[in-house]
Amino acid sequence: MLEIRNLRATVGDKEILRGVDLTVNAGEVHAVMGPNGSGKSTLAQVIAGHPAYEVTGGQILYEGRDLLEMEPEERAQAGVFLAFQYPVEIPGVSNAYFMRAAYNEIRKARGLEEVDPLEFLDVMEERSKIVDMDAAMLNRSVNTGFSGGEKKRNEILQMAVLEPKLAILDETDSGLDIDALRIVADGVNKLRRPDNATVVVTHYQRLLNYIVPDHVHVLVGGRIVKSGTKELALELEARGYDWLLEGAAA
Amino acid sequence: MQPYLEDFTTLSAAGGLHGPAWLAEVRRRAIARAGALGFPTTRNEDWHYTSVAPIAEAGFHTLRSPSGEVTAADLAPHLFGHAEWPRVVFVNGHFSPALSNLADLPAGLRVAPLSHALREPSGVVEKYLTRLAEYEEQPFTALNTALMGDGAVVHVGKEMVIDVPVHVLHVADAYAARGAVHPRNLVVAERHSKATVLESYVAVGQAAYFTNAVTEVEVEAGATLSHYKVQRESPRAFHVGTVEARQERDSHYVSFAFATGAALSRTNVYTVLAGEGCGSTLNGLYMLDGDQHCDHQTRIEHAQPNCFSREVYKGILDGASHGVFNGKVYVHPIAQKTDGKQSNNNLLLSERAHVDTKPQLEIFADDVKCTHGATVGRIDETALFYMKSRGIGRELARRLLTYAFAADVLETIELDAVREGLEAVTLERFAGAEQPV
Repeated sequence: MLEIRNLRATVGDKEILRGVDLTVNAGEVHAVMGPNGSGKSTLAQVIAGHPAYEVTGGQILYEGRDLLEMEPEERAQAGVFLAFQYPVEIPGVSNAYFMRAAYNEIRKARGLEEVDPLEFLDVMEERSKIVDMDAAMLNRSVNTGFSGGEKKRNEILQMAVLEPKLAILDETDSGLDIDALRIVADGVNKLRRPDNATVVVTHYQRLLNYIVPDHVHVLVGGRIVKSGTKELALELEARGYDWLLEGAAA
Repeated sequence: MQPYLEDFTTLSAAGGLHGPAWLAEVRRRAIARAGALGFPTTRNEDWHYTSVAPIAEAGFHTLRSPSGEVTAADLAPHLFGHAEWPRVVFVNGHFSPALSNLADLPAGLRVAPLSHALREPSGVVEKYLTRLAEYEEQPFTALNTALMGDGAVVHVGKEMVIDVPVHVLHVADAYAARGAVHPRNLVVAERHSKATVLESYVAVGQAAYFTNAVTEVEVEAGATLSHYKVQRESPRAFHVGTVEARQERDSHYVSFAFATGAALSRTNVYTVLAGEGCGSTLNGLYMLDGDQHCDHQTRIEHAQPNCFSREVYKGILDGASHGVFNGKVYVHPIAQKTDGKQSNNNLLLSERAHVDTKPQLEIFADDVKCTHGATVGRIDETALFYMKSRGIGRELARRLLTYAFAADVLETIELDAVREGLEAVTLERFAGAEQPV
């Protein structure tokens, strides 16, 4: 589904990704772990198409298509979804309207008919249950005045509504208490299907107790320095990242 | 000023300037002041960013006789879906009984064209007309006072609470081309009354004409008046509109100025908090495109203690448009405990759009709480990316964010139909015809 080959990216003059290789197949859950500043979030943002990052080398193939040639909205319409580490507040646009606009744009791109507000209400009602979201949140402006946990839950709600094929969760666990973490992880697990894939970007192993990965990758200094199974995450939790840092520097 | 001075002479001689003897005397003084002042230039601080040379050079002549082919169908889009509201309509400056709706007014509400009100002995007209709008130093007000045409007199009796808004609708069509109209409105809310007045300036077609309007507003003790001004003149028109309000103790004046029309427009909203315990809310939204120039000047004069004022003006500027905001809050030495907040926020949608904003506090009392601020910004790129990452294309995302920028000031309009109507106008312009949920 996703094939990243020797990806290099810079922000400003600084090279952050220095040759990332990663292959994700349908039905899989991958975890990308690494210390702060290793390039985890950059990788997530580059996949989504954030304009602040310049790709200086390599390629990303998504379902055989050159992802880097696509606008962010085209990527989303093709089924790529990024749950933001810092969800953006949009005062003045209601959550429900925002999600319906996104839902309809994606449907249009797939040749499906748009839904009207009433039909969409049914969709929202059903999907809200996945993240245990209060209906009142839907009428509030997007993320505006939401708590940290509410913002993350709102990201997973959007994921539930938009039903992506490839979901990237960027530090979705950061700032969550254990109850919120469970709700969010539960939501992600409910959305797992044989034909979609999830990439979980995280600093801590904690989230992986709830979202169990098939593959774990360690990103250090802009490269994946080690890949393994879920046991690797436990090893990282026990030993920290230092032993891999030395390896990366060599 | 020459065409206007000529108009005055011709119209005076022809008996075309209505009103009793006292008004004739005021008109004579006003035309003398207009002649002496001339049109303001950009050397005048109050007109620094707005050149009225296009108005001065165009030499518009006052429209003398009733004209126009405006139909009820033409007005329909401007009625906010409420044709049943009391309505007084002026076509090219002249009262149209056929298009107005003055039957079955609620008790305690009097609405009449000024031309009729002046024929009756009326305390309220003589008491307030020309007494509130200052014309000694304001050339456009002087011109309006001298050449004063028709307009609405809205008189709300004491302690009357009027649930339906009164719509004062000035409309121009092709017959207004090359002409000037000087509408004059008077709104009096007697003590402890409550009412809403909607003042619209709209056009059928694209004629070039000049509207020079003055509205005088008296809000007596304990009264609450909401006053919405909608400026949707023809794209080739010129519009100068002045609102001068005076508030007695414990009164509330709520003003909203909405402007999208005219090639060149200037809106003045002035209020004097002349008694203790008053509140003023002056909000506005201007949306400009192409070569439009739109200037808003507000003045909130705190003349007594323990009053508050709130002001939020927002501007959305596209194309090569030019917006101007100048908001003065003047606090007299006696006006202790004044609580004033003012802000002006602008969103530039194009590289060529331009805004000059000048919030001004002049405070001569020492125990007050006043803040002001102005911002000029562009579309938030972070929010834009967030929306794109959800599949929403650049254009739709931009329109939604633009609408969102305007939404919070539009939300302050209490009257649902007007708020929804103006939201629809905004959406049409920036977010397609779809209504947010």
